[in-house]
Amino acid sequence: MMALIDTPNLADHDAFYEELLAAHKGLTEAESHALNAQLVLILANHIGDRKVLTEALALAKR
Amino acid sequence: MPYDYRPFEYTAPAGLTAPEPRHKVVIVGAGPIGVAMALELANHGIPSVVLDDNNVVSVGSRAICWSKRSLEILDRLGVGDKSVEKGVTWKVGRTFHRDTEVFNFDLLPEAGHKMPAFVNLQQYYVEEYLVEAALANEMIDLRFKNKVVTVHQDADEARVDIETPDGIYSLTCDYLIACDGARSPVRHMMGLDFDGELFEERFLIADIEMTADTPSERWFWFEPTFHPGQSALLHKQPDNIYRIDLQLGWDTDPEEEKQPEKVIPRIEKVVGHSDFRLDWVSVYTFQCRRLKNFVHDRVLFVGDSAHVVSPFGARGGNGGLQDVDNLGWKLAAVLEGRADRDLLATYDTERTYGSDENIMNSTRSTRFMTPADGAERLFRDQVLALASKAPFARSWVNSGRLSVPCVYPANGPDAPSLPKGTRPGAVAADAPLDNGWLLGALGGKVTVLALGCDAPQVDGAEVLSVPLTDTIRARYLGEASQAVYLIRPDQVVAARWLSPDADAISREIETMWKGK
Repeated sequence: MMALIDTPNLADHDAFYEELLAAHKGLTEAESHALNAQLVLILANHIGDRKVLTEALALAKR
Repeated sequence: MPYDYRPFEYTAPAGLTAPEPRHKVVIVGAGPIGVAMALELANHGIPSVVLDDNNVVSVGSRAICWSKRSLEILDRLGVGDKSVEKGVTWKVGRTFHRDTEVFNFDLLPEAGHKMPAFVNLQQYYVEEYLVEAALANEMIDLRFKNKVVTVHQDADEARVDIETPDGIYSLTCDYLIACDGARSPVRHMMGLDFDGELFEERFLIADIEMTADTPSERWFWFEPTFHPGQSALLHKQPDNIYRIDLQLGWDTDPEEEKQPEKVIPRIEKVVGHSDFRLDWVSVYTFQCRRLKNFVHDRVLFVGDSAHVVSPFGARGGNGGLQDVDNLGWKLAAVLEGRADRDLLATYDTERTYGSDENIMNSTRSTRFMTPADGAERLFRDQVLALASKAPFARSWVNSGRLSVPCVYPANGPDAPSLPKGTRPGAVAADAPLDNGWLLGALGGKVTVLALGCDAPQVDGAEVLSVPLTDTIRARYLGEASQAVYLIRPDQVVAARWLSPDADAISREIETMWKGK
């Protein structure tokens, strides 16, 4: 069984998507990459489950 | 004051005039690993001949950072106290990004261990102490200016031809141990090569002598303004010697970088003045590689001849001493006929496992310190950026994870309710006793450690009962009221039970000698 949730799990995802884009607004490409990298690291630490993270990497790479 | 390199005496070996009888063990290389190997074998009753092409200790301080486990091993070889006394004991590391401290760690050595977490001590001192002990040991035949020029082996023995100032002679032996370093001539003569990763990165390594009021700490900089875009390390040693490592980049010329006129201005920028003396300089390439196998019939590889790692995790010299610890009792048992050669195969499986763990940790640190352009650098830089604002990211900053012994994969019986730190495969944890230390009491024998109960009498092991202090309870019992541990001669836990019978213990002792 997958440990990663790949079905809808976030209430109001449209609003989150908007917030994500807003965070990147006005940034150069390099700044955007940096922001994304920090987000990945922060969220990975928050999730704190190596199995979920490995499955997330696999899903993203697929 | 610069270290006084006194040459050791060369005497013409007997083998030059008449063939010598076959030796049990010939060790190539009188560096810290070779001499420690000879002392360890002598502790187990095995004499050896140690050959070295040179006649002085290591020039330059090279390995400086000796871990707790190494100190425990050196203690068994008789030079632990001396090393700690002379060394700089340190426990605080500070990491800077540009010129701001992003975090610091305190190794906080737990109370109740004889040895500290780390001491810094120049390799030449460790070698000097070991050579002194070896010269005083009649089981060890140290031969300086004896250079091995050929290596042969057949099913029964190994043979080496040796060049001396007085000509060439040969020795035969049951086992030849190559402790001849990262560039191992023995390895080359046997046509063996390392597998693994070579990083396209060079570091300048320099020892300087200066009088400074610097605390005994490890300071590591990512991208400092005094050395833009690269990494730097400052670490204190005895005698007012400081180790400085500077990342140079791949497109530098190592010979040119070693010249004082290039080195001195770089160091002036690090320390902020020119009031120092350059003691030793070298340039090295990062690599994390090993031989596929450490046991090649009658030729055994120990230390850097078997595996090399990039230096920031203190895993070179320390890894080598753990090889010595692992091999000594096994080889002694095979030579004495107590065990057959299968036991030597476990030196290969256990130490390649330990070596892989060291290589994995060193590779990760190297990658963090010297990221490739692109995603590697992006994530490295963002970890550093996060470290100043989020505590979790500080532990992700990797300037070297310091050496701790690996836990060998073990199949021995376990009582999982007992503390995890002393599970089978792990090195037994030290603890204070009324009149000394637990590891001292264990020594290098097979031991049945009885805690809170009487141990059943078994053949082939000494029984040790110690009082149940708080430390012993915490490290060996947890919530349990009693336990019995079977401990190998290298102080690794082989098995443990809450209340075994004599048969169970005897079975495990037999399994241990069989190398299962």
